[in-house]
Amino acid sequence: MSRLLSWKEVPVAGWLEKKGNAKEYETGDWRTIKPVWIEKNCIQCLRCFVYCPDLAILSQGEKVAGIDYQHCKGCGICANECPSKPKALEMVAETDSE
Amino acid sequence: MPNLKELMQHESFFSPGHRMCAGCVAPLVVRQVALAVGDTPVVVANATGCLEVASTIFPYTAWRCSFIHNAFANAAATLSGVETAYRALKKQGKINKEIKFIAFGGDGGTYDIGLQSLSGAMERGHNMLYICYDNGAYMNTGIQRSSATPLFADTTTSPAGQVSSGKSQWRKDLTAIMAAHNIPYAAQVAPSHFMDLMTKVQKALSVDGPSFINAMAHCPRGWRYDTREGVELTRLSVETCYWPLYEVDHGKWKLSYKPKEKKPIETWIRKQGRFRHLFTDKGQTEIKWLQQRVDEEWSKLLERCKEVG
Repeated sequence: MSRLLSWKEVPVAGWLEKKGNAKEYETGDWRTIKPVWIEKNCIQCLRCFVYCPDLAILSQGEKVAGIDYQHCKGCGICANECPSKPKALEMVAETDSE
Repeated sequence: MPNLKELMQHESFFSPGHRMCAGCVAPLVVRQVALAVGDTPVVVANATGCLEVASTIFPYTAWRCSFIHNAFANAAATLSGVETAYRALKKQGKINKEIKFIAFGGDGGTYDIGLQSLSGAMERGHNMLYICYDNGAYMNTGIQRSSATPLFADTTTSPAGQVSSGKSQWRKDLTAIMAAHNIPYAAQVAPSHFMDLMTKVQKALSVDGPSFINAMAHCPRGWRYDTREGVELTRLSVETCYWPLYEVDHGKWKLSYKPKEKKPIETWIRKQGRFRHLFTDKGQTEIKWLQQRVDEEWSKLLERCKEVG
């Protein structure tokens, strides 16, 4: 879980020092189910990349490279939209994945 | 046509770690807009709403671009001021960058509360793009009806029960209202058809003058469906012709997507808990009404676009 900042760490007067620093806040612990990317099934259609509301599909160059579990909220849109057969994204229960 | 593989190389102006609900389609709209914008510098204004509240929780911000929020009612007015200041500074030679201006508002902040400031900004002809993400109610404050809520939807201020069957009015056709301002570009989009969305955003940013885009944004919390179905349902809203994709380019109406087979409205509303009360014996007449009204609106649009039905 993301640690709350102490009063000494919070910037003075509502000033934000970094742009887009929400990235430092982890929303991955909201998840109850998680997507698993199966590379060998992936056809690189990039749909999961375009449809992920949390920008949690990692890319490298022009290809999908994995999932950002720090920010993925486990909504399941990526697995639902994955067109490849068999699917390259599957949802598994968070507890079963260890 | 935007080149996705090229656009994905740029850092998005919207960052992960925003605290919109899991499965919310509104950040998906912003994400696709950010993809379409690429590396063009932008200034974003936000009306109060889910997006503003959940993306700027202190001491974090999900925006990598310049961002301004003022009040619920005046995202368009605020941004038109910023745009005017930019033009003045440019004239004085103090800025020489090309900057684009984008405002985001929910349906509450656009259809209802922000309508007059939006109308004013469009009429004055500011060089800005206003994007409304329409999730069909005041989701941020607890699912109260707005003028974008569909007919017969159950919300906390139009509750379905023994006497009422949800909201009793049809939704406001905001895209047509904006087109009636005679602005250079107005369009309706859905994130399920992302190429269409990105093309329209690029087009809207390239015109000289104000432009308006109305985007469908499903809300799993308020519409009561499984989070995984967000994009699937968005696609259905287009296929059932409840949310047709079209553009009004310099006064010319053009249909962007015509479903091969028009699906019955029932296929879309069946999956949403807010229409649950219609799936009883007495709800059948209401579904018929709904279908009839959707058909009427669709044929009206076909006529405007000079398409044959």
